[in-house]
Amino acid sequence: MDTSIWAKMKTQPLLSVRDLSKFYGGRIGCAEVNFDLFPGEVLGIVGESGSGKSTLLSCLAGHLAPDRGEVIFATSEGPRDTVLMAEAARRRLARTDWAYVHQNPRDGLRMGVSAGGNVGERLMAVGARHYGQIREAAVDWLGRVEIAADRVDDRPSAFSGGMQQRLQIARNLVTGPRLVFMDEPTGGLDVSVQARLLDLLRGLVREMGLSAIIVTHDLAVVRLLADRLMVMKGGYVVEQGLTDQVLDDPQHEYTQLLVSSVLQV
Amino acid sequence: MTDQSAYNFAYLDEQTKRMIRRAILKGVAIPGYQVPFASREMPMPYGWGTGGVQVTAACLVPEDRLKVIDQGADDTTNAVSIRRFFQRTAGVAVTEVTAEATVIQTRHRIPETPLTEGQILVYQVPIPEPLRFLEPRETETRKMHELEDYGLMHVKLYEDISRHGQIATAYDYPVKVEGRYVMDPSPIPKFDNPKLGGNAAIQLFGAGREQRIYALPPYSEAISLDFDDYPFAASKADHACDLCAAPDSYLDEVITDDQGSRMFVCSDTDFCASRRKAGHVGPMGTPMVGG
Repeated sequence: MDTSIWAKMKTQPLLSVRDLSKFYGGRIGCAEVNFDLFPGEVLGIVGESGSGKSTLLSCLAGHLAPDRGEVIFATSEGPRDTVLMAEAARRRLARTDWAYVHQNPRDGLRMGVSAGGNVGERLMAVGARHYGQIREAAVDWLGRVEIAADRVDDRPSAFSGGMQQRLQIARNLVTGPRLVFMDEPTGGLDVSVQARLLDLLRGLVREMGLSAIIVTHDLAVVRLLADRLMVMKGGYVVEQGLTDQVLDDPQHEYTQLLVSSVLQV
Repeated sequence: MTDQSAYNFAYLDEQTKRMIRRAILKGVAIPGYQVPFASREMPMPYGWGTGGVQVTAACLVPEDRLKVIDQGADDTTNAVSIRRFFQRTAGVAVTEVTAEATVIQTRHRIPETPLTEGQILVYQVPIPEPLRFLEPRETETRKMHELEDYGLMHVKLYEDISRHGQIATAYDYPVKVEGRYVMDPSPIPKFDNPKLGGNAAIQLFGAGREQRIYALPPYSEAISLDFDDYPFAASKADHACDLCAAPDSYLDEVITDDQGSRMFVCSDTDFCASRRKAGHVGPMGTPMVGG
């Protein structure tokens, strides 16, 4: 039985990106991005501030309309270009097959709604109409992200930053998405909370067989989570490959700079 | 009395009425959809029914008989002032009897007496957007209506149950109209929600400050949102009217002294009075000499 990455390569890609470009007037947001993401694979995107990582992620998740290129997602009805899709269909994907974890949990949570309501919202959006089952799923998911069940009726504003981020993850994963977009999921958290969150994320990604695209500037995060790595600079992808390969043997001068500027303790 | 001849029939000029009628027609064509309209300044403050008054003004013809109610009552400030406004500016006949009226402007109630074909019920609406308190962005709520993205509406009901053990929303209870738009029925008690759907009268909703008009054509479907295990229930005070003994009308609770004594009376004054005239007497009522 061939379980190597080559076996994965034979399957259809979950997401194919071709020549994706986004311009802000004369400035480049991101340009000529090409990659395939296969089911169960985690792709890291690293780069300095302003290198176009968040622009790229927003284009992939349908929050921004790219100026050129294709984003082909393997929907249940076959591969579809999400750029050309109707807004209603794209939102349906965003509620079911996709998840988006914001850097700031306040952007991804409803702060005036209880934790249970936050987790249940996606379920209700796809048609769940049984209170008992919704609540059961919410409590179950709070447990999986290590939030005590008795906090289910508390509002996120009563939670710590790390708990808010974990709640946001629970809220996103409750409908069993196939592709998760994460924009700096550990940004703004202290180091020990970061470690726990990463541990949790790694467990969930492996256990649910999720594909994920993680934007970060923290190389430790991608080392831990990502199978493959893309390095961006000035809107262009300057280097991509297996994570360990890119980090251990950087070829592009910017990647070399990036790897060598990590502080060693 | 000042000279009324300077005013157009029913206060608004004909072009404005035309604009409002176009909005009403569009609203009737797309049940539950909020049609924007260029709301005018009216000679009363926002929150006193400026939207309802404009819709009524656009609907009135000289042969109409108008009834105005506020929380079911014909004799409260809001009802009296709006009724007098149209008596002066339109010279139309007025009535307190639900069955005799052709146009009924209401605040927060649907009359107990079943409405009939040919009647128009005009609601005063403070906040027409059912999603407003959960999603403050207007651009986003419009998009949610466009895409039928109504999961959020149930989040509100979920929060009710998780906090109070039941759906505690007692008025302003959202309904889904003809399987498409989720609509705010204005702050009527949820007791009145079952009367929204399948009603023989045309129901028009006007929000003056928010500049929206929407409508329920006769006999349209309006289903109150709920959960499978927490179904919608129309609720009222568990009591009969103390004046007319009606067991099934919506009741107001009235405190009668400082010792906590209270009485329950029908909120629909016309309904209560007609029952008393017909000889029904509640425990605290006195027989009315028939008129």
